[in-house]
Order: sequence, then C-alpha cells, then structure tokens
Amino acid sequence: MIQKTPLYETHVAAGAKIVDFAGWQMPINYGSQIEEHHCVRTNAGMFDVSHMLAIDLVGAESQAFLRRLLANDVAKLTVPGKALYSCMLQEDGGVIDDLIVYFFTETKYRIVVNAGTSEKDLAWMRLQAADFAVSLTPRRDLAMIAVQGPQARERFWTAFPVARSYSVTLGVFQAAEWDGWLIARTGYTGEDGFEIAIPATEAATVWQKLIEAGVKPAGLGARDTLRLEAGMNLYGQDMDETQNPLESGLSWTVDFKDANRNFIGKSALVGRQAAGSLKVFLGLLLLDKGILRAHQKVVTAHGNGETTSGSFSPTLNQSIALARLPAGVAIGDEVQVEIRDKLLKAKVVKPVFARNGKSQL
Amino acid sequence: MSVPANLKYTKSHEWALLEADGTVTIGITDHAQEALGDIVFLELPDAGRTVKAGEECAVVESVKAASDIYAPIAGEVVAKNDAAIDAPESVNQDAYAAWLFKLKPANAADLGALLDASAYEKIATES
Repeated sequence: MIQKTPLYETHVAAGAKIVDFAGWQMPINYGSQIEEHHCVRTNAGMFDVSHMLAIDLVGAESQAFLRRLLANDVAKLTVPGKALYSCMLQEDGGVIDDLIVYFFTETKYRIVVNAGTSEKDLAWMRLQAADFAVSLTPRRDLAMIAVQGPQARERFWTAFPVARSYSVTLGVFQAAEWDGWLIARTGYTGEDGFEIAIPATEAATVWQKLIEAGVKPAGLGARDTLRLEAGMNLYGQDMDETQNPLESGLSWTVDFKDANRNFIGKSALVGRQAAGSLKVFLGLLLLDKGILRAHQKVVTAHGNGETTSGSFSPTLNQSIALARLPAGVAIGDEVQVEIRDKLLKAKVVKPVFARNGKSQL
Repeated sequence: MSVPANLKYTKSHEWALLEADGTVTIGITDHAQEALGDIVFLELPDAGRTVKAGEECAVVESVKAASDIYAPIAGEVVAKNDAAIDAPESVNQDAYAAWLFKLKPANAADLGALLDASAYEKIATES
C-alpha cells in the first residue's frame, strides 16, 4: 500500500522529487541534495519525518514492560521529557528496530520507531505486552517535523515565539509538551535542533511558518548523508535482525548494569561476548578517488569485512563509510575496499565524520 | 528536460554527436543527470581503449548511486574530459556541454541506428 504523509501535497507543490521509501511517498530532494546538506550543517533545514510512527504507552507496568522490551534501561529516565535511544532485540540478539523512547512518568511513555518496521514493531510489542498491565496506541494522527542546524532553534522560535519559554531550557535529548505538541531536542543529523510532533491537521501550516522563518526544506537524500557523517546507524542497512548491537557500534546503548534486569536478547548478547572476537564497527575514509557504497568488500590484515553504509561526504568532500570489520582492526589502520574489481585504499577512523558544522576527523 | 535536436541518443540515456573531424562526442542526457541528482565522481575510459557498442565503459556516481555508461557505438576512445573529472557537478549544470569521452567510430554509419531527439524524448518522458 502506498502511503503519504500529511505534508505530501506541500512537497509536490514545492517541486520535490518524490521516491518510494518503505512504502511511503517521500521527498528525496527539492533540487540539490548537497545544498540541502550544507544548509543543515551551516544554517537550518527541516525534514518531514511523519512516516515514522509514534506509539504512546500507558499503564501501571509501563516501566517494567520497557525494561524487559528494550536493551537500554529506561530506569535511568527520571526527568519528565527525557529521551533514550535503544535497540529492541529478538531473543537471539538480532535487532528488530532502533527507536527513541520519551519518559513522562513511570506509567506514561512515547516510543518513536522507524517507518519500514512500524507494523512489525507494533506486533512484537503487543505480543510482549500480553504479560503486562499496559496499553499501546499508535499515533498516525500525528505529523513529525525535524528542524535541524545551528540556527534551527532560533528560527523555530521566530516562527513560534510563544513556544520559546517552554523549550529554551531543554537539554539535549529532552522534550517538553506544549499546547498539544511535543518539542524534543533530538535529531538525526549531528546538528542542534528540535523534532516536533504535532497534530497532522496542523502540519502544512507549521511547515509554512517555518519556511517563512528561514528554514529550508531538505529531503531524505540529505538526511542520509547527514546521519552518515554524524556516524549514526540506519536500521536495515547498518544493522538488522541478523546483527546484534555489540557488533553494530551500539554497545553503548546496551545496559547490562542491573544484574536483575532480564531484557529480551540479554542472554544471547552475554553469550556472544563470552565467545569473544567480536567484530568491530568503525568508519572508513577513502584515500583513493571513488565513492564507497554499502556492501563493498573490505580487505584488512585480519580478514575481510564489509561496508554497511557509504556515500560521498559533502562536508569532507571525500567518500566515507561505516563498516563491520574483523576483530583486531583498529582506528588508524589502512585497509582496501573493492570497488568494481579494483582495490582502493581507505583509512579506518572513528565512526564520527562531521558534526556541529565541521569535520570531526 | 532539454533534448537538443542535433544529437543522437540511446535508450540508456547517453547522447552522441558526430563532430566535423569524424570523431563522436558522448555524454549523458539532461534527463539522466536530473534522475541521478548531484554528480560527485566520474570514471572515464582512457584513450586507446577499444569498445563495442553497448559495452560498459564509464561510471557516473551521484551522491545517491553509481550508474554505468555504455558506448553508443563501437570504436576507439580518443579522449576523455579531464575538466569534467575535476568538476563532476558540471554534468548537472549542463549535461550537453560537459561531455564524457570521444570515440573514433569503427563505422560512422552506426550512428544512424541511434535514436533521434523525438524518439528519445518519448522514452525519457515515459521512464
């Protein structure tokens, strides 16, 4: 089934090039993907992310349910509005999805999941929820807009001056409710900004007000190069059900601290750690001329690995990739990537290439 | 979408122009650059290489994807556009000015079998 967000007509009217993304008709760019990328790094851009699904969770056992469901531990969320990034795992440790969970009270949370996995996620959550006093409500009545860039917050407040006092004190990964909206200081670009969840009926008006405040629309193309430069994983590409978070650069999101907490996938991950020789998940910077893409073979002194995401980096003006590599490969190593039967030189780097407007290398 | 009437075209979105000196200049169409998006890398064939009609002989990479370029006719490569290699975005700016490579055709009459502008425009509009 072809799905459209509440902003679809707005994108078409703006001359966006529309592509299919996980069954959704989404703007890939409004002209130049590279210009949109630079606009977010240096000024302010916005993305329609209404294809992602917000799911509201309420009920007496909400916290206990999430502590079982998620690899990260929601018990560390104590300030209302605070957000947490986590993977949701299968029993074998494979990643069902990555998501953000917002805490309001121990009986009320919001979970935001990827578009392409939303039906699968909901089915899994409902299955796991059977033993808990909770209820899950998908919120397809909402639209979501990500306003990102060094000027994003100022321009948002220019468009919505009354919202300033509610959102000016928000720390990173924190959200506040305002007049039926959720304003969150989160994003997927490596830049400052807000992700706002609003009633779908208000989406076109809000989008227009943000344009008038100087925020430029940006498509999924720029969103992908921005997140790649920021070293943020893309579900379905950098990890999926066949990969565990420990070998996907996501160990920092798996919380083993509470020995009494038995989250789904825990025993598999503990077993995987005990077995040793975990693959490493690092960045590649191409030294020769060419463009790295997903699923290219990486030849190292410790065996072969594979790129999981790759593209041209507009900020570095060079090609970059994320790669899953054999144990033993370290930052600073020189490796070779096979592109069209040629072996090109690349350097292994920490998987954060550019954030906050500049190179991180 | 611009489709100059003086050029010949392929279904795979290359254009070809028979020059006064008998060589054939080859590039990608405006429709192709539009579909590819921002072009960031070109891999072009070296002079001296002999190519068959339809042979993969160059790669145009945009931010989004890599795309193979096929020789419209058989011949020998006599030049590649180094200026375009240094500034791949020039293909986006003017796909008919930023040529990719030149061939000395094995048989200049082969050009006659390529699409004319109106036939190509029909294909490009439908794709």
